[in-house]
Amino acid sequence: MNIVNNIENVLNNIQIVELRQLLLFVFGVLRSELFFKIIFFPGIFTILITVSELIWLERKFLAKMQLRVGPQYAGRIGGILQPIADFVKLLFKEAIIPEKADKKFFQIVPILLVVLATTTLTVIPISETAVISNLDVSLLFTFAILAIFPILTLLAGWASNSKYPFLGGIRALFQQVSYEVPLWFSTLGVVLLAESLNFVSIVKAQSSFWYILLLPLGALTFIVSMIAELERIPFDVPEAESEIVMGWMTEYSGMNFGLIMLSLYTKLYFASAMFTALFLGGWLGPSILSPSFWFLTKTLIVALIIIMLRGVLPRVRLSDLLNIGWRRLLIFSLISIVWAVMVKLFLLGVF
Amino acid sequence: MSPLYFSVGPQHSGSGHLRMKIELQGDIILNAEPDPGFVHRGTEKIAETREYQQNVPMIERQCLPDVSSVSLAYAMAIEELLGIEIPPRAQFIRIIMCELSRIMSHLYWLSIMGIFLGHSTMFMWPFGDRDIFIDIAEKITGSRVSYTYIVPGGIRYDLPDKIKEQTIKTLDYFQGRLKEYDAIFLSNPIFERRTKGVGVLSQTDAINLGVTGPTLRGSGVRGDIRKGIPYSSYDQLDLEIPVFTEGDSYARSMVRFKEMEISSSIIRHALDNLPDGDFAVKTRKKVPEGEALSRVEAARGELACYIMSDGTSKPYRLKMSTPSFRNLPGFSLMKGSMLADMPTIYWSLDYWPPDADR
Repeated sequence: MNIVNNIENVLNNIQIVELRQLLLFVFGVLRSELFFKIIFFPGIFTILITVSELIWLERKFLAKMQLRVGPQYAGRIGGILQPIADFVKLLFKEAIIPEKADKKFFQIVPILLVVLATTTLTVIPISETAVISNLDVSLLFTFAILAIFPILTLLAGWASNSKYPFLGGIRALFQQVSYEVPLWFSTLGVVLLAESLNFVSIVKAQSSFWYILLLPLGALTFIVSMIAELERIPFDVPEAESEIVMGWMTEYSGMNFGLIMLSLYTKLYFASAMFTALFLGGWLGPSILSPSFWFLTKTLIVALIIIMLRGVLPRVRLSDLLNIGWRRLLIFSLISIVWAVMVKLFLLGVF
Repeated sequence: MSPLYFSVGPQHSGSGHLRMKIELQGDIILNAEPDPGFVHRGTEKIAETREYQQNVPMIERQCLPDVSSVSLAYAMAIEELLGIEIPPRAQFIRIIMCELSRIMSHLYWLSIMGIFLGHSTMFMWPFGDRDIFIDIAEKITGSRVSYTYIVPGGIRYDLPDKIKEQTIKTLDYFQGRLKEYDAIFLSNPIFERRTKGVGVLSQTDAINLGVTGPTLRGSGVRGDIRKGIPYSSYDQLDLEIPVFTEGDSYARSMVRFKEMEISSSIIRHALDNLPDGDFAVKTRKKVPEGEALSRVEAARGELACYIMSDGTSKPYRLKMSTPSFRNLPGFSLMKGSMLADMPTIYWSLDYWPPDADR
């Protein structure tokens, strides 16, 4: 404490007012818990490491499925530094902006995508204390952020001023709008049981039962809708490369493309983390190991299941995709709400 | 709303060296016009300036996944002009090479079909398994892809030692793998949903458009040169022709899938009944005046080779009628289908641009 007091004394003795205030502010920020959370754990640093290694994990995992080797050279252990090497490479590449593109929107979309994708992670609790902002309505907050993504993808497609991105943007809009509704509804069961919109309370409410046991249909609907939201195979219709090249991100290159990839994998991590928090009991687990370990392990397993689907399923057709969304998943999610009410009334009422 | 015009290819991840002019209304393709010719190399004209033997490696280049059938058609036409009889051992080895080529070509087709439908595992597996067949071909011919093995007068070398054991071992492995392909891709409900009823080519249309090969057999026509006008020694071997009547992309896919199985059994049969004797006969450099037409069943369909000779050592005219070009009218199936079905229909025809453009 003495050192802190000494430093504050030194800073207070500075005669220039502006400099004094600035340095005091910086010192305060550096000492605060929030700063540590945002920058290191569970903030940006952890997210970047996890997400880049998620890319490595996907490539290695898929390679094993496909009888290949996968990344091999960057880093000692099986090319573990390959994603970082790729990002460095993308940083040095020229970011080509098409001549007829709307340059302002074209450039702002990748940045906004990364910012929004990482913002959603601020409310995810890695353990009871390791959550950046413990909002009362964190579930609502994540959905508010998720609702912006279709607009951004459409904006990317439109600002590219090219035909494939345009088609991809329209497809993305269709897909994300139609899958948002079942996604919302499938979480309502959890909200009913936990009587809270806060992730920390939801996880705490699962101390006796994980909600995947009580609401299997809701969990299934959630994960399927989330894969559609992530635009991953089998629902990667907006970026179907044999039809519309790369969909809404066709014209992006260099670090702009790198940022989009980063945002997509951040969303993958976020989706797995959200599934863990809502249905798999978050950080809960045997107390031999730390809560953060349990949370990250569960998240990785969910992410691996989503990744595995990429290896075993072809892409569905656009019309089928909308049919699945509106005719199946919506009904499943509505049944799941009724189911949750029943569970609440009869099963939990007895206990 | 006015339609959206755009072109798919020649630089598109779903086109190959081909351009398709697409007219799109909503998600429905109003018109799809193929624009071939990007890899036209003038093979037929160049062939007139080279000697008969020199042409073999060049014409093989028109269809690299399936080179044996091309050189076989060429060799058969010249042999007809020369009036020579090929020893039975060479005939059988030619059949073995053609069926190996057919398997390799269909594996190539299967992997591209996989990636066109977004199935990356199906992209990798057949390509990996194609490599063990390439190894066999390398052992037999000395080259991995373009063999120049079937030449006028027979084949260039006899089979090496122990190739039979290696081939049988490979085929055992491969037939086990075919079941895995079926489990992961062809029996996948999404695959069936995406191909059944897509790009339906009726029997009458198939005959009227003049399509050949698996595309024709998928529409319920029992058209196969191997069975209809047996060449080489195909009449001495068990040969089963898979025919599907639905005429959709699924039927065409299943024809090719079944053909891989059947080709494996043909190779086994041919290896078991391999006659002894010479593997080539002596030919003359100058080919007598006249004209000859040979027809073979390549992996993509009927391949015809017409040669007109003026008595010199160079062909006066060489004309190849290639299966890909004959399947080109099949692109009209895209009309009225959804954009998502475009790659499915395109690749269910197994169109190979260099084969069509020559």
